[in-house]
Amino acid sequence: MNELPLKPNDFGTDQEVRWCPGCGDYAILKAMKTVLADIGRSPDEIVFIAGIGCAARFPYYLSTYGFHTIHGRAAAVATGVKLANPDLDVWVVGGDGDFMSIGGNHTLHALRRNVDLNLLLFNNAIYGLTKGQYSPTSPIGTRSPSTPGGSTDQPVNPVRFALGAGAKFVARAADTLQTHLPVVLKRAHENKGASFVEILQNCLVYNDGAFGAINDRSQSHEATVRLEHGSPMIYGKDEDKGLVFDNATGAFEMTLLADLASKDALAIHDETNLVRALALAALEQPDFPVPLGVIYAADAPEFIEARGIAGTKSKWGRTELKALLSPPA
Amino acid sequence: MSETAQAAKRQGADKAPPLVVRFAGDSGDGIQLAGYEFAKSTAEARSDFMTFPDFPAEIRAPTGTLFGVSAFQIQFGADEVLTPGDRADVLIAFNPAALATNLPNLKPGGVLIVDDSHFDARGLKKAKLETNPLEDGSLEGFQLIAVDVVKRTLEALDPLDLGRKRATRAKNFWVLGLVYWMFGRPLEATQDWLKSKFKKAPEVAEANITALKAGNAYGETLEISATPNLTAPRVARRRDNSRIMSGGQAMALGLAAVAALGKRDIVYCSYPITPASTLLHALARLEGGVRIFQAEDEIAAATAAIGASFAGSLGVTASSGPGLSLKTEAIGLAIAVELPLLVIDVQRGGPSTGMPTKPEQSDLTMAIHGRHGEAPCPVLAPATPDDCFAIMIEAARIAIETMSPVIVLSDAYLANAASDWEIPDIDTIPDLLWPEISPEEGDFQPFTRDVLTLARPWAAPGTQGLAHRIGGLEKAQGSGHISYDPANHAEMTRTRAAKISRLADRLPAIELEDGAQDGDILVIGWGSTHGSIAQAVKELNGEGARVSHVHLRHLWPLPRGLEALIRCFPHAVTAELNTGQLSSILRGEYLAPVTCISQVNGQPFHVSDLKAEIRKHLEAPSS
Ligand code: SF4
Repeated sequence: MNELPLKPNDFGTDQEVRWCPGCGDYAILKAMKTVLADIGRSPDEIVFIAGIGCAARFPYYLSTYGFHTIHGRAAAVATGVKLANPDLDVWVVGGDGDFMSIGGNHTLHALRRNVDLNLLLFNNAIYGLTKGQYSPTSPIGTRSPSTPGGSTDQPVNPVRFALGAGAKFVARAADTLQTHLPVVLKRAHENKGASFVEILQNCLVYNDGAFGAINDRSQSHEATVRLEHGSPMIYGKDEDKGLVFDNATGAFEMTLLADLASKDALAIHDETNLVRALALAALEQPDFPVPLGVIYAADAPEFIEARGIAGTKSKWGRTELKALLSPPA
Repeated sequence: MSETAQAAKRQGADKAPPLVVRFAGDSGDGIQLAGYEFAKSTAEARSDFMTFPDFPAEIRAPTGTLFGVSAFQIQFGADEVLTPGDRADVLIAFNPAALATNLPNLKPGGVLIVDDSHFDARGLKKAKLETNPLEDGSLEGFQLIAVDVVKRTLEALDPLDLGRKRATRAKNFWVLGLVYWMFGRPLEATQDWLKSKFKKAPEVAEANITALKAGNAYGETLEISATPNLTAPRVARRRDNSRIMSGGQAMALGLAAVAALGKRDIVYCSYPITPASTLLHALARLEGGVRIFQAEDEIAAATAAIGASFAGSLGVTASSGPGLSLKTEAIGLAIAVELPLLVIDVQRGGPSTGMPTKPEQSDLTMAIHGRHGEAPCPVLAPATPDDCFAIMIEAARIAIETMSPVIVLSDAYLANAASDWEIPDIDTIPDLLWPEISPEEGDFQPFTRDVLTLARPWAAPGTQGLAHRIGGLEKAQGSGHISYDPANHAEMTRTRAAKISRLADRLPAIELEDGAQDGDILVIGWGSTHGSIAQAVKELNGEGARVSHVHLRHLWPLPRGLEALIRCFPHAVTAELNTGQLSSILRGEYLAPVTCISQVNGQPFHVSDLKAEIRKHLEAPSS
């Protein structure tokens, strides 16, 4: 075992990484190692649980405990891990098929129960490992082997889904934004409860450029708005644009800072405001900048703690068992 | 009947044959409650007994309908009672529908108590009766006691001023009072129970107690001198250290024992389903020791249990047939990653939703073979409600020792049937030992194997220095790294199979339950049919036949010695509540001509039917 404190590379394994060269997953793995080194916990107390898909290979590449399970069920497996040993740091990794399709039900329930898990959705809006079919997050019109004429079904917006499920921590990040992504992951880890992070991830092979400018580092500032709790919503390379909140429509609107009489008119990000969070979730490209960062964070009782479960030992021994077995007086 | 007459009747009661009482009425009539109280009173009376709650899936079906009838049967006696009995000596029918559906369950000449308050045109129509059986002579072969229970309950409760609706609800206790009178049972225990149960609603307790006493007093006015000896056998058969217990409750206590004997909390994950939910409820009431997770679905229940086992606890998941189907992919994962997991299947009539409250043994093939890929795992079945306790501990030991899921096949009958349960002496049960693991030099190899058991080491997250990754992809023997190597896959497939089949070497040798090795026929049973088969074999042998009985507790791997045992007999026949699943497996495994006595009517075997079938097989040309 390596001596603490560990460096990012200490969290790597000897396993050959099997993602396509240039896949966004590499960038997320890099950020993750940075974050783990930064958190400073022993890899022996950290668990990565994954479902099935390209993203779900993630645990093999980290020197923590890891479990590559079955398609869609990672959140449920992780809930069991926490029930058995609440002291572990548990991360759940999956793609849009895992989290939003076959495992949608488990995502919903892990979020509404507020189980202390860090749920990372690597959203590439495509089924990569099964060779490129459209996914539940693919926009209408996506041409794929299973939709040669373009898909026609309405995609799910994962952030809205999470907020609708009652998640108490919802954030969004992008694979290539290496200064931003680790900050979001760290916030997710600090939150006690279910932390949901949608990471926009580029699938180079089957859906290259699906998120347009968002994860193109040179253009990202035009296509995204970085949220900071208590700060005005300003974006653009030259910080010349912003968002205002229209109380009449309950929606955000874009504005040029130059058009504003005062900067005070800009919307201030309030992580704890659910109504604003839902309005932020509605902002999509190309009409709006996509909000990145912590969209919503609120305090709520954590599932395991609320149940009074702690440690691994049993409260019961032979004495308690005898009392259970003997007839009531 | 005078007291002396009653006393005279009770004399020689220890020679009396066991008696069967059956309560039948609407699911909302409180039949199960009355039956359960009667069972408790039977235990108090120191008789041995076995109950069979036989109820519909509908919670409160429309009143008076045939499909809404709920029944509770109990057999009790001075000798060991192994089954709830075939047909009843006393049948209590709360309405026309209960009478219509349950009359076939009453012995000729039996006592029939009927609440005649609903035998009007409407009640008869709901029961699809064209004529009134109380008047058309169809009940002539029985000793009929027709009494307007509703009216009498209302009269008795009149001073309490509860209103008609609430007062009528006490009618089950009025009937219970009458039945208590028949068997000379004291009322005190039930009164005490009512008082503590309805502590917060003393008027309800009072109403039920008043009804109980009124029904009991009504007995004194009855002229039933023509009845057969209805005196309960009163020999102190009942063990001192015992309590009334259903299979479901015993299983819950068995799981509690797993936690207590292992000094480690276990994690029980399940999704509500009939008839497995009784286990969830029983565990929830125990509070502590077993961490309960009511999951969002069956798959989450199974996978959360696997997560718990991965994290070093023992994951337990329970369901019934449809739920087991949903869990199969997860069980395959646990087999692939070689983690312990306890899967309890409380079988019910299938396929699909089938008959949710009725027992069937039709998931055996699924439990043994029903997974994709080569995915063997141990399969066990408890034989009696008592056994449901011990089998949990054994299944947990096997799961941990083999690092494998273990499937335990109970059924709707075992889960709900109650008997006089001998409280296990836990001082005689050894601790449940969790494997010790210590950090090793160099890289941890999660798929190295114990030379004897072939089990892999179990290093739970949190164990210092042993962080490793596992997954459903094929793993290299030893290192556990992903491997698609053809020779390795062949080796791993055979290793996983050998690990399970080697378990048979460590299981107790197969033994006959009854009869001799040179008998004329071997009856092979498994699971909940134990009582019926044992009773049938005992009676047949008492009548001069030479029948032997073997009962399989371990269904996979099959016990060593079973093949040789089968070959000792000119006839070998399974008795199963399916269309012959065990017999097919035995034929396939041994190429032995094992035939089958099959029943799939959603009911336990009747001893009389089994006896007739066994006789038929005895007469068949030997194989
Ligand atoms: S298919 Fe796409 S998502 Fe999968 S590894 Fe390749 S680039 Fe990455």
